[in-house]
Amino acid sequence: MTASDARFPTSAPSRGPRALIFETGSPESRCVVAPELDVPEVPLDTVLAGCARAQAPALPHVTEGEIARHYHHLASMNFGVDSGSYPLGSCTMKYNPRLNEDVCRLEGFAGLHPYQPIETIQGALGLMVGLSDALAEISGLPGVTLQPAAGAHGEFTAMMVFRAYHTAMGDPRKRVVIPDAAHGTNPASVAMAGYEITTIASDANGAVDLDALKAALDTDVAALMLTNPNTLGLFDPNIVAITEAVHAVGALAYCDGANMNAIMGKTRPGDMGFDAMHINLHKTFSTPHGGGGPGAGPVCVSAPLTPFLPGPLPVRLDDGTFSVGWTDHSIGRVRSSFGNFGVFVRAYAYILALGGDGLRAASEQAVLSANYMKEKLKGTYPLPFDRPCMHEFVLSGARLRKEHGVHTLDVAKRLLDYGIHPPTIYFPLIVDESIMFEPTETESLEDLDRMIDVMLTIAGEAASDPELLHGAPYSTPVRRLDEARAVKQPDLRWRPPSAR
Amino acid sequence: MQFSPVSRGHRDAMLRAVGATKIDDLFESVPAAVRLARPLDLPDGLSEMEASFALRALADANTPATALVSFAGAGCYDHYVPAIVDHVIRRPEFFTAYTPYQPEVSQGTLQNIYEFQTMICELTGMDVANASMYDGATAFVEAALMASRIKKRHKVIVAGSVHPEWRVVLRTYAASGNIEVVTCPVENGVITAATVTALIDDSTAALLVASPNFLGHLEDLASLGEAAHAAGALFVVSVNPILSGVLEPPSSFGADIVVGEGQPLGNAMSLGGPGLGFFACRTAHVRQLPGRIVGRTVDVDGRGAFVLTMQTREQHIRREKATSNICSNHALNALAAAVYLSAVGVEGLASVGRACVAKAHYLRDALLATGAFDAPYEAPFAHEFALRYMKDPASMHAEMLRRGYLAGVDLGTIDPGMDGLVLFAVTEKRTKAEMDAFAKEVASL
Amino acid sequence: MNPADLRYDKEHEWVRVEGDTAVIGISDFAQDQLGEVVYVDLPDVGDELAAGDTFGEIESVKSVSELFAPVSGTVVEVNDELDTASEVINSDPYGAGWMVKIELSDASQLDALMSAGEYEAFVANEA
Repeated sequence: MTASDARFPTSAPSRGPRALIFETGSPESRCVVAPELDVPEVPLDTVLAGCARAQAPALPHVTEGEIARHYHHLASMNFGVDSGSYPLGSCTMKYNPRLNEDVCRLEGFAGLHPYQPIETIQGALGLMVGLSDALAEISGLPGVTLQPAAGAHGEFTAMMVFRAYHTAMGDPRKRVVIPDAAHGTNPASVAMAGYEITTIASDANGAVDLDALKAALDTDVAALMLTNPNTLGLFDPNIVAITEAVHAVGALAYCDGANMNAIMGKTRPGDMGFDAMHINLHKTFSTPHGGGGPGAGPVCVSAPLTPFLPGPLPVRLDDGTFSVGWTDHSIGRVRSSFGNFGVFVRAYAYILALGGDGLRAASEQAVLSANYMKEKLKGTYPLPFDRPCMHEFVLSGARLRKEHGVHTLDVAKRLLDYGIHPPTIYFPLIVDESIMFEPTETESLEDLDRMIDVMLTIAGEAASDPELLHGAPYSTPVRRLDEARAVKQPDLRWRPPSAR
Repeated sequence: MQFSPVSRGHRDAMLRAVGATKIDDLFESVPAAVRLARPLDLPDGLSEMEASFALRALADANTPATALVSFAGAGCYDHYVPAIVDHVIRRPEFFTAYTPYQPEVSQGTLQNIYEFQTMICELTGMDVANASMYDGATAFVEAALMASRIKKRHKVIVAGSVHPEWRVVLRTYAASGNIEVVTCPVENGVITAATVTALIDDSTAALLVASPNFLGHLEDLASLGEAAHAAGALFVVSVNPILSGVLEPPSSFGADIVVGEGQPLGNAMSLGGPGLGFFACRTAHVRQLPGRIVGRTVDVDGRGAFVLTMQTREQHIRREKATSNICSNHALNALAAAVYLSAVGVEGLASVGRACVAKAHYLRDALLATGAFDAPYEAPFAHEFALRYMKDPASMHAEMLRRGYLAGVDLGTIDPGMDGLVLFAVTEKRTKAEMDAFAKEVASL
Repeated sequence: MNPADLRYDKEHEWVRVEGDTAVIGISDFAQDQLGEVVYVDLPDVGDELAAGDTFGEIESVKSVSELFAPVSGTVVEVNDELDTASEVINSDPYGAGWMVKIELSDASQLDALMSAGEYEAFVANEA
């Protein structure tokens, strides 16, 4: 296409970002016009003790139509689950049901104030109790707090519950053991809870090295933090021995529940010997990721830990009505109000829709789909751990790098040209050039086959034309970015012309 | 109802392709001892129609504040949300997307966040803002932790006039041992620089205040900021952004970090969650900022583009040395806030603020005139104020509820030390007629 | 490839001795592994370093690595140019990409470091 190709007028809208909302509209544009004030004006400078705003903030001047177009254009540059396959490992990008979006917006939910009298929120309390009961049944752990706003927040909450428990036992301990394959939030949450970290290596099968674990466990260890199935998508067959070893030194076992989508109705962390876990409602229970949030990270704990849960907790009274209460030794609060209630409504709607059998069927299909993809890809992309996987699996791009100088990053960027969101790359850290696929149960066989075909095609492109992959993507709204420049020349906000 | 598009036939084909005869063959690595031998004890799944009826019944078992004449505030407020906001956040390209780790296909999310960061900087007067956090309370705590890292000091002083729930969250986090919390006592509904100066020392990393505070009063930020800086501590201020059109931003009083609860900007109350924590600071401290940040750069063709940047602060790279364990942001709530601010614009935001302030002062005068209330404090306030009810607030509250009013928040239910006080917030939604009727009804009790 | 007049340690730092002063930087292998350097966090003049201690951090877009002191001493100069031109560590790691100069407290520590040849063998073994 030459510069003067008449088929593509030069003044047609460009791809990629156009104007910021601040650069749109004109000074006279207005969207919402407030009604006339029906009470007397008050002299702000006096009333606000001399703190009336002197210089107005710079906000957009746009009409509603300009807002609609602006966000239409932004949406056109965004890839969501509705756009196509999104097989991000450990993220569980399953379909987000539309009923959930409608019900969380019902005025009887969205219009609730957190300090309304208990009698006026019986439905909300009933929903939270119902959700808590369902999560207790699914996890095998009876004590539930819905308060944490995210998985990482749940990890921190559980560590603080553990701390309170050990302190109450008269034995505050100092360390938490974490495997090297753990997600970054694990050590970060442990550090925020004031514990030191001992890292243990995984064994040759990608599982916890039981001997290394036993060597690391002593009476100074407060907890083991583990993901099971683990971050390689493998179920640790020694899980009972692991939790027993942890308990033998008086420590507690925590399960990072990010991978719950593999095991609903098949096994339960409580039955594996875990004392606590968090669940990601925005992964396993279909609530949308929202471009980064909000999610929710409820924590489920064993009976001995229940007295330490943060509050207030919604409870069902003997007469069938609902109230709120605090446990005897609650650690306090990890945020304001009850938690991300709007997310609870969505998750509860999902659980009601699927029921127990539906949740089990979802996990079974998630595991089958992952194994199917793994079998079809492992011949081309080496599988570091060749055994049946759970709902996700990890391939290595190391062969492509060695033979053709093509990195996992290049493969991921080329997938974008085929309209497929890349899987998780470069995590877990223990696999070289790792590629972690989690298709989820809401991809059809056709879509699974397409992802497989495209991955095989890209492997072929790596052999015949590695430069093509180094330059990918080509068809997206923007191409590869200069991320180093973003760090070295930080431009983190727009500035009004007068302020420059 | 279920959402998998895989037919029985396709499932069987996939089983054959992996060399399994039945699904449970794929679960052999799960030891028999921990396999669940029974179905989950949950009700059977429902059709969409049945599920929608069940949820509607739960919703109908509530009496939402939005269906009453509500004067409830205390950190969560009933403002008018323009229709365009929900239409934007309902777009699946926004709400079904993940964190924008692949920027080439996430420019929508990334530009949203960049615009939101800009707006927060404009409202607060600070240099840089992050992509948002869970809520105001956790943003407040993260500010304390950040100050402690910057100053390499262990103690923080929190004003006793800050929301009691936020102070509980601060204490809960402090039990980790990472910081020590000292509470500055309240006098006449505010804290004073003199009291702060008596408490502060060279082990204090920050002074944490809110203005307006929990009781709605404006704190003397100028003198408090000076007291903090005189001891070499940072000054952390929490604000209500709905008032940013009418109140001078904390940056003018030397604030080093500004945080708050952004729910009033275009987000439903939703029983207090999901909320919107915002967090802004000075350029000098940006490397200690928790949470995600979006920056602008160019792509290989020279196109302007946006990207998550300075990621080495975050947990996925720095792990236990990260500035925070936070791995998400409240992106969808931040988008709602940005659309709201675009919809109201600068004049609209100022007009909402003016209306809230004028109406709150009108209501306070009206309630005092009934003789049923007493003013415990005379400190300046914006759109929220506490009055002492001369009789039993619980009965008043219950009776007014029966008459269709949410008569503020009975503070005795939140903090026994505030028994007898009722906190009233007035937003632009309340009309003169409603306020006159409320005053008349409450006087007649 | 690796300058013969320098000494090297296992953390991929190099030392150039200038009288009582040691100039310290990271090796070509290290800068290549890191990718484009976007930020360096260095100590202040006057700071005391002990051999083996971390004295700073070096960042690329997606990674952070600690910098370890190969020898003990007091920091007498820091390369301020790296504040605005950190990429010089990639383009000239042994020259303009130097990081700190320290006044040696124990010159015998240099004997424990590797020669260029020994370092090359060490790198070949690691890869």
